[in-house]
Amino acid sequence: MSRLPDYYTIWHKAGHYGLRVMAALVLVFLMMPILVIMPLSFNAEPFFTFTQGMLSLDPDAYSTRWYQEIVDDQKWRIAIRNSFLVGIAAASIATVLGTLAAVGLSSPFMPYKRLITALLLSPMIVPLIIIAAGMFFFYTQFNLVGTFTGLIIAHAALGVPFVIITVTATLSGFDRSLFVAGLSLGASPLKVFWDVVIPLIRPGVISGGLFAFVTSFDEVVLVLFLAGPEQRTIPRQMFSGLREQINPTILAVATLLVVLSATMLFVLEALRRRSARLRGQE
Amino acid sequence: MPSLNTQDAANARRQLRRRRRQAFLFVVPLLVFILFAFVAPITTMLFRSVYNPTVAELVPETLEMLEDWSGEGLPDEATITRFAVDMKRMANDRTSGRLADEINRALPGMSSVVKSTARGLRRADDAELAANGAEMLLAENERWAKPATWRAIRSAGQVYTSSYYLTAVDLEYDSEGEIIMRDTQIYKQLYTKTLKMALIITGLTMLLGYPLAFYMSQASPATANFLMVFVLLPFWTSLLVRTTAWIALLQAGGVVNSTLLWAGLINQPIELLYNEFSTILAMTHILLPFMVLPLYAVMRGIDASFMRAAISMGSNPIGAWYKIYLPMSLPGLSAGALLVFIISVGYYITPALVGGTDGQMISNIIAFHMQVSNNWELAAALGSLLLILILVLYWLFDRFVGTDNLKLG
Repeated sequence: MSRLPDYYTIWHKAGHYGLRVMAALVLVFLMMPILVIMPLSFNAEPFFTFTQGMLSLDPDAYSTRWYQEIVDDQKWRIAIRNSFLVGIAAASIATVLGTLAAVGLSSPFMPYKRLITALLLSPMIVPLIIIAAGMFFFYTQFNLVGTFTGLIIAHAALGVPFVIITVTATLSGFDRSLFVAGLSLGASPLKVFWDVVIPLIRPGVISGGLFAFVTSFDEVVLVLFLAGPEQRTIPRQMFSGLREQINPTILAVATLLVVLSATMLFVLEALRRRSARLRGQE
Repeated sequence: MPSLNTQDAANARRQLRRRRRQAFLFVVPLLVFILFAFVAPITTMLFRSVYNPTVAELVPETLEMLEDWSGEGLPDEATITRFAVDMKRMANDRTSGRLADEINRALPGMSSVVKSTARGLRRADDAELAANGAEMLLAENERWAKPATWRAIRSAGQVYTSSYYLTAVDLEYDSEGEIIMRDTQIYKQLYTKTLKMALIITGLTMLLGYPLAFYMSQASPATANFLMVFVLLPFWTSLLVRTTAWIALLQAGGVVNSTLLWAGLINQPIELLYNEFSTILAMTHILLPFMVLPLYAVMRGIDASFMRAAISMGSNPIGAWYKIYLPMSLPGLSAGALLVFIISVGYYITPALVGGTDGQMISNIIAFHMQVSNNWELAAALGSLLLILILVLYWLFDRFVGTDNLKLG
């Protein structure tokens, strides 16, 4: 759209540039909050606004003291450890079970496919507060509330739909005759699955696992209801920080999380391209 | 061509059955897991909204004896005595507080009566209590002499009840068992408010998302991919981070207020945070990618030459857009709108953090009843209503848009 058509009147041109301006404004709206907190997290003062010194780029107005505080504060260190522990465990469960199920679901012989798919995807639709309340009632009976096991199970259930969606998408381009060929040569279904299917759908599996990890890593409602003080995760710690005493340490944590999600985004994009290439669609 | 005999048919059937079983076996582990980890909890919650055994477990005999009571005048002396004995037991094993909460829910004001009576009877002599417990109980508080109190105990003792659903829609049973409006209308208003806020947020995301998605779909693939990063990065950023960012921006000493002060537009910081405005603003920001992504996916598939053709033939751009482009982009628009609406109706975190008192939504009240007032049954009833609402919306979504249009990233 480098050159506008000659038949465009002045009004068409105004509309054309107006659209550009609007799109730019919306992008600014999307990015600005995230971009603003990054420099603010280096504020030497405990304020949430740019000081005179920061605006005049005075090096003394900037500091890494809030990052130091994360490192020094045991609560944050435990929260970071917990977040990774729960996230990795939950994503592993969701990925293993979800990938197996996706293989079954994409078979043309699968009975009750619509019903079962709807059931397995339902954790994505039901509001978190309802899931949290229900899990609280149910898990209490098994003494799972306030334990890592309970939290991991809960987060794994949340991650399952993402694994199913991504792996099923990868499998849609999968040649099923490869599976049948493996079976006809005498391999067990599990062996065919492991040696033939998995290598071909690996990008989808990995991105499904990443989705599941991010879901758990970001999740706070279930943590609020199901976790005890020992299972505090990063979002939980941020939640209480925002409610009780708010200081720029939270901005420093937020900045680190933005960097993490940017990394995640690029890994996922690379995986998506690789997956498309493997299926010969690029 | 050789003809097929019954043997072949039987073989084929057996083979089909085996294939079906094989496919199903792959799904079994996850199915079992989801049934335990997710479906059972949701079912428990639905069940909990009509089931409350607390009182029935605390005073089973009293309730059994109350069955025979007509509801007029006082129950017979044996029943009241039995209750007095139960009160002493509960005062000593520290369960009288739970009874107080439950009865208070059926008849407001009873909590203190039950608690003070429990204190009074805690050290009563067993033999004396068994002999004239009724008299002792009536002496503790005059409200024990009122039939309404005993009716409240009886109704609180029902194991299965629809009363929480009635409360959840601002109705209640009066003393005669008729359904009447409650004095305080809270929940209907709250549902309306939640739906109103969700509608505003959906409208705003449409208004902001449509031009952006349109521009991206017209741009060259390289530009579109580049711009996509700016949509996906917020989408991938933790929603707590985004909520934090809005708190940092809107605070009294935050960036927006400082800028306005500096520009001389205001003389003192204005209240931007902890109200409905900040909730709607932050949620619009958080949910905008859910609008842009399906819109963009649909718009990318629309051939730009349709619009060019219309304009070159003399249509003005607005007319061409309205008659040609809008109908073609409608699937994306409705997918995004329903998605944003469904998500925002059940939203909890952002209203909880930036909502203050007037930005609270239905989820926040459910959390309040779960964590603060400990009225779990009411929380379950409100949650069940919300769940039904979401399922209806989702059914509409599936019917008119199709879940296949949902793509991630």
